[in-house]
Amino acid sequence: MFELLGIPPQALFGQLLLGLINGSFYAILSLGLAVIFGLLNIINFTHGAQYMMGAFISWMLLNWLGIGYWPSLLLAPVVAGVSGVIIERLLLQRLYHLDHLYGLLLTFGLALIIQGLFRNYFGSSGLPYQIPAELRGGQNLGFMFLPNYRAWVVVASLVVCLATWFVIEKTRLGAYLRAATENPTLTQAFGINVPLLITLTYGFGVGLAAFAGVLAAPIYSVNPNMGADLIIVVFAVVVIGGMGSILGAIVTGFGLGIIEGLTKVFYPEASATVIFIIMAIVLLVKPAGLFGRTA
Amino acid sequence: MADVTITAPATDAAEQADHSALHRTLFIAMAALLVVLPFIPVVGYPFFLMKVLCFALFACAFNLMLGYGGLLSFGHAAYFGFASYAAAYTAKHWGLTPEVSILLGTASGAVLGLAFGALAIRRQGIYFAMITLALAQMVYFFSLQAPGFTGGEDGIQAVPRNALFGVVPLGNDTITYYLVAAIFFVGVLLIYRIIHSPFGQVLKAIRDNEARAVSLGYRVNQYKLAVFVLSASLAGLAGATKAIAMQLASLTDVHWSMSGEVVLMTLVGGMGTVFGPIVGAAVIISMQNFLAGLGAWVTVVQGVIFVICVLVFREGIVGVIGKWLKKPL
Amino acid sequence: MTTFRMNRRSVLAGAAATAFSARSMAQAQQPITIRIGVLNDRSGLYADLTGEGSAIAARMAVEDFGAAAKGLNVQIVSADHQNKPDIGANIARQWYDNDAVDVIADVPTSSVALAVNQITREKNKIFLNSGAATSDLTGSQCSPNTVHWTYDTYMLSQGTGGAMVKAGGDTWFFLTADYAFGHALERDTSAVVQRQGGRVIGSVRTPFPGTDFSSFLLQAQASRAKVIGLANAGGDTVNSIKQAAEFGITAGGQKLAGLLVFVNDVHALGLQTAQGLVLTETFYWDLNDSTRAWSRRFAPQRAGNMPSMVQAGVYGSVLHYLKAVAATKSKDAAQAMAWMKANQTDDPLFGKGTIRADGRKMHPAYLFEVKKPSESKGPWDYYKLLATLPAEEAFRPLSANACPLVRA
Repeated sequence: MFELLGIPPQALFGQLLLGLINGSFYAILSLGLAVIFGLLNIINFTHGAQYMMGAFISWMLLNWLGIGYWPSLLLAPVVAGVSGVIIERLLLQRLYHLDHLYGLLLTFGLALIIQGLFRNYFGSSGLPYQIPAELRGGQNLGFMFLPNYRAWVVVASLVVCLATWFVIEKTRLGAYLRAATENPTLTQAFGINVPLLITLTYGFGVGLAAFAGVLAAPIYSVNPNMGADLIIVVFAVVVIGGMGSILGAIVTGFGLGIIEGLTKVFYPEASATVIFIIMAIVLLVKPAGLFGRTA
Repeated sequence: MADVTITAPATDAAEQADHSALHRTLFIAMAALLVVLPFIPVVGYPFFLMKVLCFALFACAFNLMLGYGGLLSFGHAAYFGFASYAAAYTAKHWGLTPEVSILLGTASGAVLGLAFGALAIRRQGIYFAMITLALAQMVYFFSLQAPGFTGGEDGIQAVPRNALFGVVPLGNDTITYYLVAAIFFVGVLLIYRIIHSPFGQVLKAIRDNEARAVSLGYRVNQYKLAVFVLSASLAGLAGATKAIAMQLASLTDVHWSMSGEVVLMTLVGGMGTVFGPIVGAAVIISMQNFLAGLGAWVTVVQGVIFVICVLVFREGIVGVIGKWLKKPL
Repeated sequence: MTTFRMNRRSVLAGAAATAFSARSMAQAQQPITIRIGVLNDRSGLYADLTGEGSAIAARMAVEDFGAAAKGLNVQIVSADHQNKPDIGANIARQWYDNDAVDVIADVPTSSVALAVNQITREKNKIFLNSGAATSDLTGSQCSPNTVHWTYDTYMLSQGTGGAMVKAGGDTWFFLTADYAFGHALERDTSAVVQRQGGRVIGSVRTPFPGTDFSSFLLQAQASRAKVIGLANAGGDTVNSIKQAAEFGITAGGQKLAGLLVFVNDVHALGLQTAQGLVLTETFYWDLNDSTRAWSRRFAPQRAGNMPSMVQAGVYGSVLHYLKAVAATKSKDAAQAMAWMKANQTDDPLFGKGTIRADGRKMHPAYLFEVKKPSESKGPWDYYKLLATLPAEEAFRPLSANACPLVRA
């Protein structure tokens, strides 16, 4: 039997698949960041906290209201999205005339508040969330045992990412959105309500983060700090991708998940750093990112 | 270098002299305060004071870049923390005297600043902030995984306070405090000089209008890199001093939340002011110290302060006072 | 950094002590005021197994000892070190310098414990550690001012490592958290496994802290080792056990050995996921009549949660310290330490024991297996006892100890 760098091919397939699963989270999160950045020009530092909120909302729905996984897959993003709309209307809107950096600082402060509140209320040791009955168990693929739930994560995130891409690139609403990104004043002059568009976009981006949170709840423990470190990795993903295109965010997300997965096999100690190293290299070679347009 | 000189801002000489006189008075007052502080009850606890001063210097170094260079780094913990490891390591394992350890720590901050700065200045604005953050995260993971150098989770503990210059013993907390106070004072003076030098003037020009500075013939990137390295070295100075004073270098100092904290200190005190970061650091550290009983609520309070500062209090404490006095502080 | 959560009861106890001493003024007995600082994690990963529960245990020790009647005015204060050595060191220093604290108890998280160990020695106070794992506290960094009560990494590897090999688990693969604690656990356990005739066929260093262990678990699975040793703690352990179940690893016949698992972790995981896990502890609430009696008094004060071995250790160590002060009638650190090491310990939770010259508290360790859901008779009925290791086997022998106190 031939081996690749000392790793049997079966094991390699397994690791590639796992990388793809982790990449799903990167893809949804960096997509949300990209959508928000495109229109608001704000790097949403609260994104990690909103991802965490998604997981907690689905936990609360289950334990307080008895609403299960499937409805909360829709409900939790909506609730989080509404909170995002409120944040945009009350706070972010006041910053659009200022340097973009203030948006970063404000959302950083918001992230501290949200994480602190959840930590106070729920503690930080994490809460369990069961995998829904329909998705327990798994398939033996020959080279690995693939839990059904993980397969579902990949499918769900691919569907959501592609749907988002379709809406933005191929529909009339998406055309308005792109127009508003390009030239808000002119778009407004054509009678399109740009402020409303901005508000809804932020809500949608937050909803995406929360959706990732709901997906994550059954496999990682629901923990107030679950988004805090993840968001920084996603930042690096976004820098590598370049934020120029929606498709770029998706492709980079999945791609980096796979690269990270391979690092876990060949040099596990570096698996936490590999994305940052790639970021440094990409910056040296292509400062605008892989898919980015030069600013 | 530039072959065009920028004309000084349109303030007349008398007003300029007036400001300098005020600043001189303030520096003298600060020196006097530093001398008497350990004798004041409650706040006069040397360990607390040293912590405040180290963070104040750190915030001033950060402010040099943000307030005067217009560059928001979200990864300043890397230089602060790495230098503190370097100082702690050389003091503990090589038995170097404090001044040499602190200098080596500062140098390590400078080298790191040069490497990261060269990468980060390739992008601007928000990208710049994110890149500094991501690079700093690499330093964090390195610190976590190089226990031979950093002690990993444990950090470097029981850092010896060797005799200063090999002569003056630092056994006593109060003596160490005066060393820290002296370093702090010299550091802040240095920053003040940098800000008011021709180099500082060009920096402010780049901050206010980069395109114009470019069109005037300035090699903007060289200036940015220079201020990046200066700021990283001074952050390193603060971190190295902290390691010797607190006798501990730990992961807290390289974690990204520390980068956030220094932004908060600068914002609260007033960015782009000389004395603002000092006030900001004192406020934030006191808050953490005296409100620690509130547990995770401290994070929430910090977040709320952040939001309020960004929304309605962008000038910070010292900025507001300065506006009120109609003088830049 | 200091929190004073003076418990009403301990203040009352103090008042009672004052009243008592006023009555017995004829004997010219001044009450001795002792302040004990319980320093641990009150908001993070270890809050459930240390936290407020440890403070409760300390108060129960004060009560059970009848401190007030013996002329001791004991106050318990507590604070959160957030598992960060700098914060812990800061609190310890302020407690000793400004707040007249005599003893610091508990202190989980090795890095913080080592920092407090250092400061306690410098200030010549007493450190009663219960929560930390590092065997350095009684090894290379041992101190005449420290007692290490409950457990350590050496003992964990002896118990779980040795027992698994004896039970036929002779090939091992380690999932090691990539920091000092994980490395130490892996090193110590590998040594035990090899000494017992087992073989370590691989290990993988996982970034710490981690959330996704699936990739590493697949590597462990592919190694076909009979035992997967989890050289990690807290959330890492919980997540890796959960994901091992998810990927069908435990169902496939490989055994998980949790090198540091507390009863609270098992509670959080649930028996469905945790069943079959083998682990070592020095205290379990359902061990005998006296542990049950004590735990039934403890649980109502912690919303029904049974005590962890760390909380039990805080009780035992504080009780022994109070005896020392009452006997020597002084708070002098050297005197109290000498008394504690010279006299046998005796408490309802750990039974009779001793404290060695290096500060190591000697008591037996127990090897448990987590019950199947069908075997459990109710909440918190989680363990069945597999074996008991006598103290001399469980803990590092003095002859192999790097502690300078022992060499001298």
